[in-house]
Amino acid sequence: MEQLLQSYLPILVFLGVATVLAGVFIALSLLAGASRPDAEKLSPYECGFEAFSDARKKFDVRFYLVAILFIIFDLEVAFLFPWAISLGTIGEYGFWSMMGFLGVLTIGFIYEWNKGALEWE
Amino acid sequence: MVEFLFYIFAGLMVLSAIVVVTARNPVHSVLWLIVAFLNASGVFMLAGAEFLALILAIVYVGAVAVLFLFVVMMLDVDFEQLRGNFKKNLPAGVALGILLMVELVMLSLSWRVVPAVTTASSSDTGVTNTEALGRVLYTDYIVAFQGAGLVLLVAMIGAIVLTLRKRDGVRKQNIGVQVGRKISETLEIRSVKSGEGIS
Repeated sequence: MEQLLQSYLPILVFLGVATVLAGVFIALSLLAGASRPDAEKLSPYECGFEAFSDARKKFDVRFYLVAILFIIFDLEVAFLFPWAISLGTIGEYGFWSMMGFLGVLTIGFIYEWNKGALEWE
Repeated sequence: MVEFLFYIFAGLMVLSAIVVVTARNPVHSVLWLIVAFLNASGVFMLAGAEFLALILAIVYVGAVAVLFLFVVMMLDVDFEQLRGNFKKNLPAGVALGILLMVELVMLSLSWRVVPAVTTASSSDTGVTNTEALGRVLYTDYIVAFQGAGLVLLVAMIGAIVLTLRKRDGVRKQNIGVQVGRKISETLEIRSVKSGEGIS
């Protein structure tokens, strides 16, 4: 356990340095920078015009479709990692178990390819 | 040191979860949710669940949080108007919260850990966390594993059926037609005499 955590110590050091550095930047700009607050500085700005509409408006659902397809294949890949590392011990049964899993998802992949869900019009 | 780190991660996680609920701007809520996910990943790491920690960072921070952002941005909801109903919906919300709380407490009190689980910790046996998962996931838990595959298939087909729209009048690139074009179909060479145009 200790050994496992020690191998992640560099990441912790990195996180600490990043946090301190970000804090220093914010503190320095607060302390040393000129501060002349103005309501106009905070107002929405759109190339010199007043903002035309609210930033939160309806957009095409196709972006959502791309994101959800990404998640599904992301998860599929996540299942592949433990399988690849333990393939030597789980034998043929484990191998074909994963082939079945991949086959099911390949059916879905063929379906979405033929439907044209991967194409951007 | 490990305990100190645990309290830092867990404390930050609880704090950012509180901000998720109380933030006025829903986009800020999602961003704080990402902070909560990252801290949960840290807690998993401290518990020795190396694989789960990294998968949490990849799947939840990289993908699920993006979906949440999409949902928040796509819903055309007036949040100020929703907030107006706060007092009206308060009793029902509190009742539901207390019910969930009681359920959670009852669950945690009656939770039994099989003794074999604590001794089968992978770090003592020299097997990495990921490999220990792999040894049981694809053979002993094959039903759950194949079930996960089917759930992913249903999610994929469901998302396509619900959101894919064909639209007319879209000019698409047809590479086969482009490459198969011949010079004789598109070009005609004429000799033009000087002083005359082409009719």
